[in-house]
Formats: sequence, C-alpha cells, structure tokens
Amino acid sequence: MGKHVLVIEDEPNIIEAISFILSRDGWTVHTHSNGHDAVDTVLARRPDLVILDVMLPGRSGYEILTDLRGRDETANLPVLMLTARGQTKDREMAERLGASRFMTKPFSNAEVLEALRELVPA
Amino acid sequence: MAVTASLNLLVAVCLGYVALLFLVAFAAERAALQGRGGWLRSPVVYTLSLSIYCTAWTFYGAVGYAARSGLEYLTIYLGPTLVMIGWWWGLRKLVRIGRTQRVTSIADLISSRYGKSTLLAVFVTLIAVIGTTPYIALQLQSVTASFASIAQADPNAAPLEDNRNIALWVAVGLALFTILFGTRNLDANERHHGVVMAIAVEAVVKLAALMAVGVFVVWGLGGGVGETLARIDASARGHWQVDGARWAGLTFLSAAAFLTLPRMFQVLVVENDDERHLRTASWAFPLYLMLISLFVVPIAVVGLETLPASANPDQFVLTVPLSQGQGALAMFAFLGGFSSATSMVIVAAIALATMVSNHIVMPIWLRLTGGGAVMSGDVRHVVILSRRLSIAAVLALGYLFYRVSGGGAALATIGLVSFAGVAQFLPALMGGILWRGATRLGALVGLSLGFALWIWCLLLPSFGVGVVISEAVLTQGPWGWGWLRPQALFGITGIDPMVHAIIWSMLFNAGGFILASLVSFPTPLERLQGAQFVNVFQHSARTQNWAGGTAQSEDLLVMAQRILGPAQSQALFQDEARRQGLAGYLPEPNPDFLARLERELSGSVGAATAHAMVGQIMGAATVSVEDLLAVADETAQIMEHSSQLEAKSAELTRTARQLRAANEKLTQLSVQKDAFLSQISHELRTPMTSIRAFSEILRDGGAVDPAMQSKYAGIIHGEAIRLTRLLDDLLDLSVLENGQVSLNLRSGLLSEVIDHAVAATGLENGTLRLHRDRQAEQVMLQTDLDRLAQVFINLIANAQKYCDAQAPELTIAVQARDGELLIDFIDNGAGIPRAAQAVVFEKFSRVSDQKAGGAGLGLAICREIMARLDGSIAYLPGQGGAAFRVTLPLAQRLAAQ
Repeated sequence: MGKHVLVIEDEPNIIEAISFILSRDGWTVHTHSNGHDAVDTVLARRPDLVILDVMLPGRSGYEILTDLRGRDETANLPVLMLTARGQTKDREMAERLGASRFMTKPFSNAEVLEALRELVPA
Repeated sequence: MAVTASLNLLVAVCLGYVALLFLVAFAAERAALQGRGGWLRSPVVYTLSLSIYCTAWTFYGAVGYAARSGLEYLTIYLGPTLVMIGWWWGLRKLVRIGRTQRVTSIADLISSRYGKSTLLAVFVTLIAVIGTTPYIALQLQSVTASFASIAQADPNAAPLEDNRNIALWVAVGLALFTILFGTRNLDANERHHGVVMAIAVEAVVKLAALMAVGVFVVWGLGGGVGETLARIDASARGHWQVDGARWAGLTFLSAAAFLTLPRMFQVLVVENDDERHLRTASWAFPLYLMLISLFVVPIAVVGLETLPASANPDQFVLTVPLSQGQGALAMFAFLGGFSSATSMVIVAAIALATMVSNHIVMPIWLRLTGGGAVMSGDVRHVVILSRRLSIAAVLALGYLFYRVSGGGAALATIGLVSFAGVAQFLPALMGGILWRGATRLGALVGLSLGFALWIWCLLLPSFGVGVVISEAVLTQGPWGWGWLRPQALFGITGIDPMVHAIIWSMLFNAGGFILASLVSFPTPLERLQGAQFVNVFQHSARTQNWAGGTAQSEDLLVMAQRILGPAQSQALFQDEARRQGLAGYLPEPNPDFLARLERELSGSVGAATAHAMVGQIMGAATVSVEDLLAVADETAQIMEHSSQLEAKSAELTRTARQLRAANEKLTQLSVQKDAFLSQISHELRTPMTSIRAFSEILRDGGAVDPAMQSKYAGIIHGEAIRLTRLLDDLLDLSVLENGQVSLNLRSGLLSEVIDHAVAATGLENGTLRLHRDRQAEQVMLQTDLDRLAQVFINLIANAQKYCDAQAPELTIAVQARDGELLIDFIDNGAGIPRAAQAVVFEKFSRVSDQKAGGAGLGLAICREIMARLDGSIAYLPGQGGAAFRVTLPLAQRLAAQ
C-alpha cells in the first residue's frame, strides 16, 4: 500500500490524468472536486500529500491552504499547489501561505512525480 | 437824391449785419469742427483779428482827436507799429510762452510766471476789469452816439427818448453773441474760430467804411488830393505841433497797451494758431493801421470846415456824409463804427470772462464745495456756467459804467485812461519773460504801486473835477499834502497830466518791481517757471522744432513701450496724436499728454518713478536717458521672466494633473488587463494541461489498455477543439470591440436565421425541446444575418448547457413593438441569480460552478454583435427561467411576406 495522495481539482480531465499518472507510480489516489468541504476531506482522509488547485468552485485553493496551515494536524502536511494562472504574484502568494511546492499548468508528468517523491520520501 | 438815412432802415441794416456775423461765426465753428478749418488759420485772418486794437475809439475818436489835437492821434498807431516791426522777436517769445504754458489770459501768464500765484492772478484780473470796464462803456456810448447822429438826421423819426435803451440792447446782444461763440469750447487753447472769423470780417468792414468816407471827403468834398492837402495846410490841425513829452509818452503807452490789453493778449497770444503768422502780421498790421489812419486828418479838417462849430468832432465820420445827404455812406460808416465797437467788446468780454472765471469764480466755487467736485464732468459744467455768467457780468458792468458816467467824457480820454491802466502790467510782463531774477513779490509791489498811482493820478481825475476828486484835492493835495496832488506828485508841476501819470506810475511800478525782486528770494516753483519763461526758446526749442519734438516723443515712446508693452503704448501715443490733430503716431509732448503718460506709467512703476522718468526725458537730464531705459529694460525683463515662470509653473501643474489622471486610467486599464490576461491564461492553460498530461501518457506508452488509449485520445481531441473555439471567440471579441468588423448586410427571413441557428447547435439530437411561433417569425430582415445567427446560436447553446430543468424547454417568442423587433429566448430552468444578471454579459463571467466547457465569452460577444447591428441584448428578469431579449430596430425589417 503506497502513500496516500489527495487531489483537489475541479477539471475532470485533469483529475483523470493526474489519477492515472499517480496510480501507475504506486500512489493511492483520492480526489475531491470542489472547494467547500475540501478541508474536511483532508482531515477525514489523512493523506500523506495534497495536490491543490487554486481556482476551485466554492473556495479558492489559497483559502484552503491557509486553513490547513492553521491546523496542528495539517500544519506540516506537504501541499503541492497547481495553478493555471502562472503569474509571479500567484507563486509568491502560494509560498507565503506555506505551499510546499508550486507548479504551473500545464505541467510535465515526470515533474509532478519527481516533486511528490521529494515531498514524501518513500 | 441820395438815400435818406432813416432810423428804421438803420435798425434793419444793423440787425441784418449782426445776423451775418452770427452766420460767419457759425460757419467758421462748423468748419473748424469738421476739420475743414485750414483757411481759418491763415495769417491774414490773424492780422485782421489784431485790428480789434482799432475800436470805436479809433474809428470815431481818432477824427475827434485829430480835430482837437492835430496829428497827435498818430501816436496811438505808432506804438503798435513800433512793437510789431521792432519787437517782433519779443512777440514771438510771448506767443511761444503762451503756447507751451497753455496760457489762457494775461492774468494767467503773469500768475504762472511768478509761481502760479493766485494772489497775482486775482490782482491782475481786477486791474484788467477796472481798466477795461470804462472801455466797454466807451464802445456802448459810441454806438449810442452814432445812433443818435443818424436819428437827428432823420426828419421822420421820433426823437430818441432814451439813448440808454440802445446801449442796453447792444450790451445784451453782444452778451448773447459772446456767450454763444465764446464759451463753445472750454479749453482756452482750443481757439474761438467763430469769434475770430467774425471779428476779421468786422475788421474789413470798418477799414472799408472809414476809407469810403475818406475817399468821399477827399474827392467828393475836398476836390481831390491836392485841394485837400491845401485845406489841411490851411488848417491849424495839419501842423506838426509836436509836444515831445506827450508824443513819447503816448507812443510808449499805446505800445504798452498793445501788449497788455486783455483783448489784445487774447488775439495776439491765446488765439494764435501759428507763430509764423506773426511774420505776416509784423508788416500787414502796421499797413492796416496806416490805411485806417490815412483819412483821419482830411475828415477832421473838412468836418471842421463844413460843419457848425457845435458839431461833435467825434461824430464827423457820420455827420459829414449825413450833412451831404449821403445816407448810404453814412450807414456804411455806421456799420464800420458798429463793427469796431462790437468786435472789441466781444473779445474783451471773452478775455475778461476767462480771467474772472478762472481766477476768481472757480477758486471760490472749489473752496465752497470743499473740493468735492472730483467728477471732471461736474467741473466742466460749472466752468462753462461760470464763464457765461462772467461774460454777462462784464457786459453788465460796462453798461452800468456807461449809465453812471453818463457818457460825458470825450472818447479819446477814456481810451487813454484805459491804456494807462493796463499798461501797469508791462513791468511784470516784460520782467517775467526777460529777467529770471524777477520775483512774485516784485510783481506784486510793482503792480500795486503802479495801479494805485494810476487810480490816483488818472482814473479818479478823469471822472471830472468835483466828481470823485475835489478841486481842493486836485490843487492842494489830500489833507493839504501838496506832494500828493494827483497831477503834480512830489510837487513837480508843469507836466501834461497824462504824461505825468504815465511817468510816475511806470516809474514806481518798474522801480518797485525791480527793487522788490532783488531783495526777495523766489520759490523753487518761481525759479522753475522763470527759467521756463525766460529761456522759452531753449526749453521749447525741441518741442517747437518739428524734428526735435518728434525725437523727444520718440524717446517717450521707446520708454513707454518698455514699461507698458508695445501695443498699449502705441495705442496711447496714436490716440494722443489724433487728439492733437497730428498725423502719425507721435504726439507733441505737451503738458496734457505728459500728465496722461505719467498716469499710465504710474500704474506700472508707481507715480514717483513715472514722474522721474518722464521728467528725465523732458527736462535737463542729470541721469542719462540710457541709464533709465536700462533700468526700465531690466525691470520689464524681470517682470516678463517672472510672468513666464508663472505661466510655466501653471502649465506644469496642469500637465502633472493630466499625467496623474492618465496614470490612474492606465493603472485601471492595467489592472483590467492583468485580470483579463490572468483569465485568458487560465482558460488556455486548463485544456492545455489535459492535452499535455494525456499526450505524455500516450507517448510514454507502457501499461495502457487500448480502451483507455482511445479515451485519452478523445479527451485530447475535445480539449484541442475547446482551445480552438476559445481562440476563435477571443479573436472575434477583439475584432468586435475594436470596431474593425465588417458587416455583411443581406436580406432574409427571421425564421430562416433561427432555423440556421437551431441546426448549428444540433438541437434536434438533444434533450432540449424548442417552442417556436413560425408565423411570427415571418419577418424580413436587412442585416448581417450570419452575425445575428451567431447570437442566436450562443443563446440556444447556453440554454442547452445551463438549463437545469428535468425536461428542458426553450421558447423563442417574436413580437414587434414601438418600432422594434423583439426576439425573446426563455428557458424553463432556474434562471440566473439576480446578482449575476448584472455581469452576465461581461467577459469570462460564468454563472454556475458547473463545468460546461465555455470560457465565458459568448454573451460578451453577443452584446458586441448586437451593438454593431444597432440593436441590443438584455437579460429579462422574472420569466421563470433564463430569459434573454434580442432587440433589432424595425427599420431593418422589410415588408413581411
């Protein structure tokens, strides 16, 4: 049983792609597709890592990240942020809020896998 | 039978003559006003105007004088002749001073010379009035007497009841004439052209009349020149009984009076238009005097021979022709005498009224009103009124004197007394223009002494022994003081009373003047005026000399330009030049103009500086003009510089404000652009992400079953199409927003456009049910049908995507209303939340969280398209589901089929 990863993303095609790639790499993948109850899902699933999209329906990725970092259980949870708005200020915002890693869409599959391995050593 | 000199005819002729004078004066005034007065300024007119020296006294009195005293009457002409010929330059100096100082009368001149002394002005005015009043009375008397002479010769006329009535009417008439033509212009420097022209005409009339009588006497009565000369030789009158003292005294007196008589000063100086006229007058006026005196002796001699001894020699000019039945000639002679009298009175009244008004009435009025009359119009009105009242008063005074004196004294005597009175001005006048050391005290002392002696020695005794001066006083002196006997001062007897009075009064006058001047110190103003008067040719050389005057005006203009700026200065100078009647833009720098210029300048540089600058240019410069101009230059440059800086600073502020506004706008635009780019980035990257991820999966191969491979390829294909559509939309929107879209206008039925849109959305295969009213759709359109279809496609597609009803339906309703075609698209879904309705047409606005593949540009594009088609698209609230209304102007609808 590999490490658990929770993918919080609203675009179905992207969820499917990421799920396929991570599963093939040996991760146990769970997905969540809106912002409203994303934090609850994290707390419930207790993943080893979270992949978090910025633009989510209901609640933005930044708000969710702030929430997670504010909780003892998740303060040190590795979070890889993904965004389609690839501007510098988005990256700065993510780093300030405590994102473990920040990647711009479209990403290369290998890059994502490598980042995950770094964030959660086997 | 010659024309009888009837009294009635005389009155008629007289009135006609007066009317003619009015006409002449009026015409001359008009001509001068209209600037056609060139001929008014001829030296001939000037010379003729001087002939007011020859009054009724000369006209009638000279013959009487000759009848009594032989050739002595010639002294009256000799004095002026000597002055005109021998002292031409002195007259020129007087005239020059009069013009440069803008002198209005002899009182003004003397007062002005001695430090603008009010006391002197009043004093001189009083002397002039006292000295001239008898003279005016004399004129009235002569007119009355001549009337009486004619009346006596008219057997049909009722005897004149009262001569004084005639005098009264003459006085009133003269007052009217003088007021009418003498107070038309206020400025004394503006000449009385009407008056001058009238007296010039009168001068011709009186000369012609006297010569006509003379010719009649010599050739009509005397039997030719030779015969007449023989008669003269036979008569005692023709002999040269020359009393040396009297001749010298009278010649001196007439010369002095010629200069100092107020009326002579008026025509000689005040009314002078051009100094050069003096040159002509210097020979023409003596010639006039010679002609007018030519027949005096023959008339006197023949008169004495032909008329009874009781006849008044003063009336010979009239009575000789009358006695010969020459009524017409007598009438002509009467007109000559009338002319002599009236012209003298008119000018004398103007001159005296000017003095009285300026030096007595106005100062009193100004003091009484406490200087409250700052309004210039106010003062002007008062001055004119005061002049008119003064004229009336002067004539009333003359008439009163005539009534009181009873017209008894011989004409010649009154004339000489008057002469001696005004001659008292001579020392002050001559000293004033020739001697810088003359002071106000000197003038006052001299005038007082001379005037007092004149009254005592000449005026009072002239009323006749026993009237004012008793026999006792005359022979014993007042209070028995023998040295004060009026005709034998200091016990010196045996001198002719006239000569006696002249000698003593002038001696004391001149002596007192000189001594008092020597012991007193002039005030600064006196010094200044003294220098200006005595050195008038040096001081005014430049102003009089045309080139010099221009040069000075040029200096002033250059200076003014530096202070006031070129445009304003040139306007000022040009205006002044026009006012002075000069061509071009350089006025004569007269005091008026300088004062005006100073006022203008002081607005910019302050009064003191303005005064100093004008003074430096006009006066003897101790600081060079160049230095002053340099200062002015610097000041002007500094002022200009600072104003430029000010302007620049204002401009900078304005620019800064504009920049701030532009910056704000740019910032705003930049924010919008950022948001837009961010949106686009997101919209592009999202499909890209899927495409890249799946294509990498497929590329890497490995454990992907064929079904999955096919699915992933399908996703890649779909996302690629989505990307393409997004790019299409973006381009479309960009073109529409920039207005670069070209419309393809065609005609077509609305129903066909909707059919096309329905087909394009693939509605037939979907779940959405469509309701249409084909009948209502039969509307012919003239518009870009493709673009309209694009809007419809968008709306139908939106309903397809977002209508969340179990059995989704879309109704397309068409109606024409208020000149517009309304096409509503209403579905049966939940509709758009109220908050979102406002932004539904904005770019990238998405209503639901639901993923529907749209980028949020569709409605934005619809809005742009409808704007291009002169229509609109709006959300229709309250229709149950989502409802959009497309509006097209009906003008584009053609006849329905």
